[in-house]
Amino acid sequence: MSNAPTPSIAAAKQEPGGALSFYGVWLLGAIALVVLPLIFSSGGSLTSFSLIGIAIIFALSYNILLGQTGLLSFGHAVQYGLGGFLAVHVMNAVASHNWPIPLPVIPLAGGIGGMAFALLVGWVMTKRAGTVFAMISLGIGELVASSSLILRSVFGGESGITTDRTSLMPMFGWTFGPQIQVYYLIAFWVMVSAIAMYALTRTPLGRICNAVRDNPERVEFIGYDPHVVRYLAYMFAGFFAGIAGGLTAINFEIANSAYLGATQSGLVLFSAFIGGTAYFFGPILGAILVTYLQLGLTSVTSVWQLYFGVIFIGIVMFAPGGIAGILMKHRPLIRAGTLGTVIPSYLVAAIPTLALALGIILTIETVARFSGGDAIKLLGIPFVATAPTTWAAAAVLVIGGFLVARITWRRVAEAWDRAATVARDRGYLA
Amino acid sequence: MAELIVISTLNGVLFGMLLFLLSSGLTVIFSMMGVLNFAHASFYMLGAFFGYQLTRWIGFWPALVIAPLLVGVVGMGVERYGLRNTHKHGHVAELLLTFGLAFAIEEIVSMIWGKSPVDYRVPAALDFPAFTVFSTNYPAYKIFMLVVSVVIFIALLVTLKRTRVGLIVQAALTHPSMVGHLGHNVGRVFMLVFGVGSALAGLAGVIAGPSLVTQSDMAALLGPILFVVIVFGGLGSLPGAFVASLLIGLIQTFAVALNGSLASVFGPLDPSLGPSPLTDIWNVTIAQIAPILPYVLLVLVLIFRPMGLLGTRES
Repeated sequence: MSNAPTPSIAAAKQEPGGALSFYGVWLLGAIALVVLPLIFSSGGSLTSFSLIGIAIIFALSYNILLGQTGLLSFGHAVQYGLGGFLAVHVMNAVASHNWPIPLPVIPLAGGIGGMAFALLVGWVMTKRAGTVFAMISLGIGELVASSSLILRSVFGGESGITTDRTSLMPMFGWTFGPQIQVYYLIAFWVMVSAIAMYALTRTPLGRICNAVRDNPERVEFIGYDPHVVRYLAYMFAGFFAGIAGGLTAINFEIANSAYLGATQSGLVLFSAFIGGTAYFFGPILGAILVTYLQLGLTSVTSVWQLYFGVIFIGIVMFAPGGIAGILMKHRPLIRAGTLGTVIPSYLVAAIPTLALALGIILTIETVARFSGGDAIKLLGIPFVATAPTTWAAAAVLVIGGFLVARITWRRVAEAWDRAATVARDRGYLA
Repeated sequence: MAELIVISTLNGVLFGMLLFLLSSGLTVIFSMMGVLNFAHASFYMLGAFFGYQLTRWIGFWPALVIAPLLVGVVGMGVERYGLRNTHKHGHVAELLLTFGLAFAIEEIVSMIWGKSPVDYRVPAALDFPAFTVFSTNYPAYKIFMLVVSVVIFIALLVTLKRTRVGLIVQAALTHPSMVGHLGHNVGRVFMLVFGVGSALAGLAGVIAGPSLVTQSDMAALLGPILFVVIVFGGLGSLPGAFVASLLIGLIQTFAVALNGSLASVFGPLDPSLGPSPLTDIWNVTIAQIAPILPYVLLVLVLIFRPMGLLGTRES
């Protein structure tokens, strides 16, 4: 991961007029956040957008650790969940005392909760990076998740703690009862957090985080303590994770111990990594995709989590840069105008790859529905899980698809090399 | 009280030896390849489910041999076709690969065998009380588990310390390129070690399955404790893993057996506050905090002795 292109390289190469396109992207994002619910205004899509917004903040906060500082955490949901719990408690306290605090500032309380916990445990945790940090984060995650079931008065045991978001002081006439108002609240925080986290990557601290990720020893030589840098990064990540947790608490009006658990930590890791950790926008893509799949697949198949696992393993093995890495690899080719020479080989490779994917889906669904008995609808064709013809079709698709795909991807690599050589000659690729 | 101590000690040693069957493989794989195998507990779970299925088809005794071998083959496949290809992307990618595998294996197991516990029973030949201590019947199957773990432990020790294969493995741990220059296929050694480690985890699963609960979340329950064991004992230290396994096994077993709480000890001093975190702590029993004890130990050891109990290097 250390040799992946960092944002700084991409920024250094920006051509004049880059500022315009830079602000243009952020403006487009803001417009999309405002306009989307007006186009897709059904209740279901509003809920989805809200969840995606929260997932974006959460995944971006995770990337402060994994992408920018090189800390692989298996317990990031702890800060998220604790932020959610603090937000719920603050909301209940505000409501019962009638304090003049409106709902939109509540996520800040969540952020403070996440940061406070990071402040408390971070110093010990960030002593070392790498595998040790990964294991400690896992241990702390388990510790907090198990403790939350013991401290019932704070965490509400199995059922969690509920709250009522409309009981707080209304702001500009908004009570935040309807989902659309909650959506805009979340969208506001998505924008603010994304800008803040992007700004963080441009500060000296953000830069030194990158340095700690790539070569902690040299960072020590130039007079910084990597431990302190990691600690600070951990606190910022905790802060934004807490904001995401606070927003979740507002969205669902409940906080329970599942927020803190290993599943949540795993999902955010999946989001960030599938999206791509080397670029700032990677986790955004990942969060959108993972949340969308999570919401969409649950209604189609009972084993949707397995598909996550398979996608994740595929990304780790074949495209460790994630989606963002794949996209950004094409940038120099587009600039050099040689992308056209690669596309035919892509189209050829797409067919067996698609066949392989269909074969895997058919295999998984066959096993999953073997005892259930309902038919598998794939591309409109019904398959019966117990029929040997289905097994044969799955086997042919998987094995045939794999063998042919291997050959075609080799062709893609060759075409890619030729295109990259030309791009290099034209000076667009280092 | 004496009864509790004897029974809990037996159970604790048993649980500790089971943990060691897992942590030994994990430790050797870690010190050899620098990879922390997240899927190690998943191999344990696979062992239990393979054992269950094979027991239904061909009986317990053949399953005891075949299931670990199958798991070993799965492990070798993971090393050969997964980890070896991911190695060029660095340790984080390797760790994430095993994480994804652990996730996928859990899903596959619950897809095939369901999410509820399966009916994996103690074989009839071992289903009798071995002896009676203080009116408690101690099951023979637990003695059998203990014997198997101890035999494997001794076999592992002898193989590593006294045979040529063990010598090559030990050399490959510290000087892989030198061993390669001497004409040994280091890649194959790695694959074999990974396979043996997985097979040991599988064996632990086969023998633990009937005694504990065979369920699709058993890997997720045991996995984190396993990491605590190897960090606690010192990363890469086999004797450390042994001591830590026994210690954590004993601590957990005793904690579960004890029912005391602050309230029961200092009952008359009850501050009788309203519902608050303090009353929660006041009333919680030792049995209830048993699940978090290993993690508390982990945090403590990291603060006071970061290299672990018997570790030599700063982890």
